[in-house]
Amino acid sequence: MTDLGALVVDAILIVPAASAALLALLPDDRTTARLNVLATLLTLLCAIALFVVRPEPSPFLIVDDVNVVFIVLNTLVGFTTSVFSSTYIAHELETGRLTHAYLRFYHAMYQILMFAMNLALLANNVGLMWVAVELATLTTVLMVGIYRTPEALEAAWKYFILGSVGIALALFGTILVYLAASSVIGEGLEAMAWSVLVRRAGEFDPALLNLAFVFLLLGYGTKVGLVPLHAWLPDAHAEGPTPISAVLSGLLLNVALFAVLRFKMVMSANAEAIAPGPLMVTLGLVSVVFAAFMLYRRHDIKRMFAYSSIEHMGIISFAFGMGGPLANFAGLLHMIMHSLTKSAIFFAVGHIAQIKGTQEMADIRGLTTSHPILGWGLVLGVIAIVGLPPMGIFMSEFLILSSTFARQPALAVVLALGLLVALGALLRHLNGLAFGEAHGSAAPAQASFVPMFAHLALVLAAGIFLPPAMVLWFQHVAELLR
Amino acid sequence: MDRIALDVAHMFAGGLVLVSFMLLYQDRMFSLINIFALHAFVVSVSVAWQAYIQNAPHLYVTAAIALVVKAIVIPIVLHRIIIRLGIHRNIETVVGIGQIMLGGIGLVALSILVMLPITAEAGTLAREDLAFALSVILLGLLIMVSRRNAVGQVIGFMSIENGLILAATGAKGMPLVVEISVAFSILVALIVIGIFLFRIRERFDSVDMHVLDSFRGERP
Repeated sequence: MTDLGALVVDAILIVPAASAALLALLPDDRTTARLNVLATLLTLLCAIALFVVRPEPSPFLIVDDVNVVFIVLNTLVGFTTSVFSSTYIAHELETGRLTHAYLRFYHAMYQILMFAMNLALLANNVGLMWVAVELATLTTVLMVGIYRTPEALEAAWKYFILGSVGIALALFGTILVYLAASSVIGEGLEAMAWSVLVRRAGEFDPALLNLAFVFLLLGYGTKVGLVPLHAWLPDAHAEGPTPISAVLSGLLLNVALFAVLRFKMVMSANAEAIAPGPLMVTLGLVSVVFAAFMLYRRHDIKRMFAYSSIEHMGIISFAFGMGGPLANFAGLLHMIMHSLTKSAIFFAVGHIAQIKGTQEMADIRGLTTSHPILGWGLVLGVIAIVGLPPMGIFMSEFLILSSTFARQPALAVVLALGLLVALGALLRHLNGLAFGEAHGSAAPAQASFVPMFAHLALVLAAGIFLPPAMVLWFQHVAELLR
Repeated sequence: MDRIALDVAHMFAGGLVLVSFMLLYQDRMFSLINIFALHAFVVSVSVAWQAYIQNAPHLYVTAAIALVVKAIVIPIVLHRIIIRLGIHRNIETVVGIGQIMLGGIGLVALSILVMLPITAEAGTLAREDLAFALSVILLGLLIMVSRRNAVGQVIGFMSIENGLILAATGAKGMPLVVEISVAFSILVALIVIGIFLFRIRERFDSVDMHVLDSFRGERP
């Protein structure tokens, strides 16, 4: 069984890597889009297989109960986004925004990004995890700048500078963790392996761990997009191709958050080190409130949803920072719901921006009359993202709020304020976008609706009924996260 | 480890901090690049010395990468780009040299105050090395924020990287140091030189970042 497990884990990494090489070589763009979908589907199937077979942890790779959830979510959204991407990219080719050469580059980069994110989630070695996050940053920088407009270049440059300074700080934190570990465990690979770190964290020097966590939180927190380290995020989301915005929001932010969570587990295993919770709670709350107010005066539709991602990453950090079984459970659920909903919204927004030829919200009006399916899809997505019942985000936000009211009422009030302000802002913008007299081009949509509605259906289903097996699994993971 | 070997290691690490200060006050493009080459040279010598005293042959690879890529190839390429683009004029700094230097001194004091007490239990090698490395990293950040120019920012970033490599080699027996330095070299070489400087120049007729700033994604 374990040999099979090792094979599956290798496949999750090899499939994207091999397809990246293949996609870089193949010239024909019709097949490449299909091949891209096929590769992500294969990776998804391998990831699901991890529920059944599980390999022994090696010094480099590990599969445990925590990262399985992240990997399956990662490969699932990677797959649906590749389906969306194939119709999106076909349109970009027609309008000439992308040339064939760039398309080949785009598909290869997409697979490298999937490879890097899977590697970051699977890594047992903290150094390897860092290298993988760096690789993911690198590929997304290149993809954000792919349109070569002045705005896209500015966004990519800003992302590059802020992102690489962020991961530089994270590396310094990683070195400090190694230093703390090596004096207890001894030099070598063992002192960087996850499984060992968590087990022996109690013996580490708390002062070193404290300093390390500050650097790690600031470093990976930049990639999570927590305020005040968020400046790259709206630009990178707005100027890149929309499938990349969906992957950035839905997946890459999670991967960075996952890195923070792993180190948080090490921190909380050491009784004398500072509690990591309050730091995450503070950054999370600041992000929620800041992003909620920033939502009001947006003009660009993709930037608006980028700010909404900052808000939700804030909520998730807040929940994990509060800790405890209930808040962790809610944080985990919220993360999954946010990934699904936000990528569904970006699928809708991508097609809308293509039809209307603009991302300016002032020029997009009355979508439900001109493009009913897209328009109502967007309405559903926004209803889900602001946390109205019966969608899944309502449930996770409700859990976070109610558990916080029981423990820290003052914090819950601030969080609720942020959520309400964001709700008002998004609904106000949605009203203009979806209803009223139609505006601009009414060309029929050449869209793939399946990924969008599949995501929304999952979110709706989770809001109405969570299977008991899933609840048990999440509770188990929440216990592990502490 | 004998005393002299340690003293030499500290001398190189301290030298790196000194070169970081030299980077802070350069106001000409070419001298900035030359000093950066010196920075990379000092880091590679320092890493090679660590490889020798720690008896860790894989660190020689890291030293060689730093020497070839950062002390030779990147400075030459940057020189050529600057001549070709005709941007070898003075670099604007955001605030005066005096204030920047004072800020730098403050940052070095801060990193020594932070690192020395908490690394008391770690080996003497790691102890001073980490304090120096953190100083280099913070000074690198200061270089980045005090330059308006893309080349200046990239050089600031690369000096942060040198500080990190110093820290990684100082942590005795750390695996993956070579891989990490390779990853960093690729990051810089690929994006910065290959793509951005040319593309930005093509679009903006300038590599001054405040020209870029006027193209905010958010349009009124």
